[in-house]
Amino acid sequence: MTDPLLRLSGLTKAYPGVVANKDVSFNIGRGEVHALLGENGAGKSTLVKTIYGLVKPDSGSMTLEGQPFEPADPHAARNAGVAMVFQHFSLFDAMNVAENIALGMENPPPQAQIAAQVRTVSDQYGLPLDPDRIVGELSAGERQRVEIIRCLLQDPKLLIMDEPTSVLTPQEVDILFETLRQLSAEGTAILYISHKLEEIRALCDNATVLRLGQVVGECDPRATSARDMAELMVGSKLHVPERAEKPTGEVVLALDGLSAKAPHQFGTPLRDINLEVRKGEVLGIGGVAGNGQDELVASLSGEMKTVKTMIRYKNEGIGHLPPNARRKIGLLAAPEERIGHAAAPDMTLTENAILTAMTREKLTTKGFLHWAKARRFAEEVIAGFDVRTPGPQNMARSLSGGNLQKFVIGREVMQNPDVLVVNQPTWGVDASAAAAIRQALLDLAAKGAAVIVISQDLDELMEISDRFAALNEGRLSTPRPAKGLTVEEIGLMLGGAHDMEVAHVDG
Amino acid sequence: MRLILLVKRPQPSRGWTYATPILAVVLTMVFGGLLFAALGQDPFVTIRTIFLDPLFSEFAWFYRPQLLIKGAPLVLIAIGLSFGFRAGIWNIGAEGQYIVGAISGAAVGLAFYPTESVFIFPLMIVAGAIGGTLWALIPGILRVKFGTNEILVSLMLVYVAEQFLASMALGALRNPEGMGFPGSRNLSQYPSAANLEIIAGSGMHWGVVAALIAVIMAYIGLSRHIFGFNVRLSGQSPRAARFAGVNPGLLVLICMGISGGLAGLAGLFEVAGPAGQISIDFNVGYGFTAIIVAFLGRLHPVGILLAGGLLALTYIGGEIAQSNLGLPIAAIQILQGMLLFFLLAVDVLTNYRISFGRQLA
Repeated sequence: MTDPLLRLSGLTKAYPGVVANKDVSFNIGRGEVHALLGENGAGKSTLVKTIYGLVKPDSGSMTLEGQPFEPADPHAARNAGVAMVFQHFSLFDAMNVAENIALGMENPPPQAQIAAQVRTVSDQYGLPLDPDRIVGELSAGERQRVEIIRCLLQDPKLLIMDEPTSVLTPQEVDILFETLRQLSAEGTAILYISHKLEEIRALCDNATVLRLGQVVGECDPRATSARDMAELMVGSKLHVPERAEKPTGEVVLALDGLSAKAPHQFGTPLRDINLEVRKGEVLGIGGVAGNGQDELVASLSGEMKTVKTMIRYKNEGIGHLPPNARRKIGLLAAPEERIGHAAAPDMTLTENAILTAMTREKLTTKGFLHWAKARRFAEEVIAGFDVRTPGPQNMARSLSGGNLQKFVIGREVMQNPDVLVVNQPTWGVDASAAAAIRQALLDLAAKGAAVIVISQDLDELMEISDRFAALNEGRLSTPRPAKGLTVEEIGLMLGGAHDMEVAHVDG
Repeated sequence: MRLILLVKRPQPSRGWTYATPILAVVLTMVFGGLLFAALGQDPFVTIRTIFLDPLFSEFAWFYRPQLLIKGAPLVLIAIGLSFGFRAGIWNIGAEGQYIVGAISGAAVGLAFYPTESVFIFPLMIVAGAIGGTLWALIPGILRVKFGTNEILVSLMLVYVAEQFLASMALGALRNPEGMGFPGSRNLSQYPSAANLEIIAGSGMHWGVVAALIAVIMAYIGLSRHIFGFNVRLSGQSPRAARFAGVNPGLLVLICMGISGGLAGLAGLFEVAGPAGQISIDFNVGYGFTAIIVAFLGRLHPVGILLAGGLLALTYIGGEIAQSNLGLPIAAIQILQGMLLFFLLAVDVLTNYRISFGRQLA
C-alpha cells in the first residue's frame, strides 16, 4: 500500500492547565472521507488547527504525501494543498460573492475572471451560486457555498470541514453531500468534523473519535450504530431527556397575524405569524438561521415592539410592552447570541443575573440594587444548573460557551416563567450540557409553563417538542404534532412549501 | 525574531486598572521633561515648578485655594461626562454647555439687579443648570430623532456658544455703566448673586460644594442604582442593554442632560464667583480639559476627583512656569494632551498582557 495522504503521528499539544491533544495518531487516505468525532472540548479544533497551521504541536509529526509537513501558518498549509471551511463564516455582508472570494486570495485575478471561475466550479460540483449577488442577501447554506468554492478554487488535496451542516436544511445537506462525494471520487480527501452521527454514517468512510484530547476509538461509521458512536464519544451511557406525558392546558400565548418590518438591512421581516401556545407544551420552531428567528424572539421579548393586539398573553394584548413589563407578567426569553446579547461579557455573573432577573426576583427597591440578593440569585443559578465557575464575581466572558449558556438558560428557568422563549438553546454546547439544558426545559413545561424552543438542530426539536413548526422567510408554518413527522415532511416545512400542509393538517 | 504579543486577559487586571493612571503621569513627566529640555529649560526645575510648587513652594498659601477654584469646574463637568462616556454617548461639547449655563445663570442674576434677596442665587443656579441641559439636549435630540453624530454636533455647538457669548458680552448683558467696554456687571460685587467663598481665603466656594456632592451622588448612582447599572451595561453591550429593557434613546437624552446640566452649573459658579462677569473670553477650556479628567479618573467618581486635582495642578503650575520660567502656554497644553495620550496608550495593559513570543524560525 502506498503512503496515506496525511499521516498524523503522536501529536501532542498542551495549553496551561489542559492537554488539548495527547498522542493523536491516524491516517487519511487519498479521496477518503474521514470523520473526526468528539464533544466540545475533546480537542477537535486544536487538532484541525494544527493541520491548518494555526497551532504548532508540542511534539509529534505530520507527513503529507510522504513528505514532512510542518505548516508555519495557514498560508503554508494552503500552499501544500490543505483547505478549510470554518464553522463561522468570514464573509463581508455588503460585498458580492466574487469580491469576497477575491479578498481571500494572495494575488486575486480580475473580478470578471473570478466570477467566471466561480460559475465553472459551481456548475461542476452542483453548488448553485451567483458570483454577483451580495453576500448579505444569501442564506446560510449559500454563504457556506461561498466558503467551499473559495477553497475549491485552490484545488486542495485535503478539505477540512468544521460542522458544515449545522446551518443547513435537510435538502441543502443532501446537495452538500453530493458535492463532497464527487470531490472524494476525484481524489480529494475530506476531514469532516461533526457531532451529528447520522450524517457521519451516511457520508464517511472512516471515523476517529476523540475524547479529552485522546483518540479513544476508530470505527467504520457505516457498520457502527449511532448510539455506540455517541457512547464512545461521551465515554458513558448517554442521558436521554425524559418527559412526563401530560395533557396541555389552556392557551397562554397567542400570536395573531404577527407582522413586523425587518429591524435592519440584513434582517428578515415577520409575515403574518399565527400561533397558539398552551400551558405545559413545548413548541419547537425549526428553520435555517436568518429566516426570522431573531426577529421573532425580539418581538416576543419586547426588544422589538409590534401592534398591541398581535401578541396576546393570557388574552391581553402585549405587543407594545417593553421587556421588563413582559417579564413582570411571566413572559421570559433567552436570545441566541450569548455574548453581548443574552449576557454582557465584561460584567460579572451577579451583574448578568440582574440583567434579566431584576424585575421578577425583586432585585431593586426604588431603583436601588440589592447586591447581596442578586449575588444569591446568581449563586442559585450556578448551583442549580451546574455552571462551572469559581463564583458569581467572575466575568461572563471567562466562562466557556456551554457554561455561559447553562447560566443564561438557568437564569430564565429559575425565575419560574409562564412562557419561556429560547433561541438555539444548545448551540455550541457539549452533549452533556445540552442534555441538561433540554431536561430543564422539559421540566419547566412539566410544571405547567409553555416553552417555545427555536433551534436549527432538528434532532433536538424532535426530541423535546410536542408540536413542530418551521420558520421560512419570516413565515411560520402551521404547527403539527412532532410525533410521526418524517424527515421529508420536516424538510418541506423548512423549505417553505406551505401548500402541502393543507392536505396534511390533522388538527 | 522575537515577537511582542498582546494576549487578552480573561479578567481585566485589577492592579493595572489603578496603576495605569500613575504610569501615565510618570510617562508624561518624562516626555514633558524632554519637551521642556528641547525648549531650552531645565526639565527637572520645570517639572518641579508645574507639579510641586503649587503645593509646597513658599507661595503655596496663595496657590492652594486656586487648586479648588480650578479643580471644581473640572470635576463637576467630568462627573457629568463620565455617565455619557460609560454609556458610549460622546458629549464633546461641555465647553459650550458651560458657556450657555454661565450666560443663563448670569442673565437671571442681572435681571434682578439691584434687588437683594436670598432667592436670587438659588434661582441663578437653577437657570444655569437648565441652560446647560437644554444646550446639551440639542445634540441629544438630534441623535435620537435623526441619528446624527453627537460628537460633531456637540462640538460644533461650542463655537455657536462662543459666538453667543461674544454677542451677549457686547450686547444684551453689557454693563450699562461700563463706559462701553464689553462685559457684564461684575456679579461677584452683587451680594445676592455672588458665589462667594464659604470660608474666606480657602478657595472653597459653592461650586466646590456642588462638585463634592456630584462626586458622592455619582458614586452612589453608579454602584448602587439601576440607572448606573444601565449606563454601564449600555456602554459595554448595547444589545444586552436593550434586552435588559433599557430604552437607548431615553438613555442618550438623560446622559446628555446630566452632563449638560453639570457643565452649566460649573459655568454659573464660575461666572458668579472667580470670573465675576460675562466677558468675551470668559471660557478657558474647562469643558475640554474635563474630558481628560474624566478618562484620567477612569470614569470613576473618586478617580475623577483625584484627576481633577491633578489637572488643576498643571493649570496653576503652568501659570507659574509661564511667569517664572517664560514657558509658552502651548507647552502646558501639550503636557495636558500628553497625559490623555499616555493614559489611553497604557490602558491596553488593563485588558491585555504583554507576552514575549517564542523564537520563530
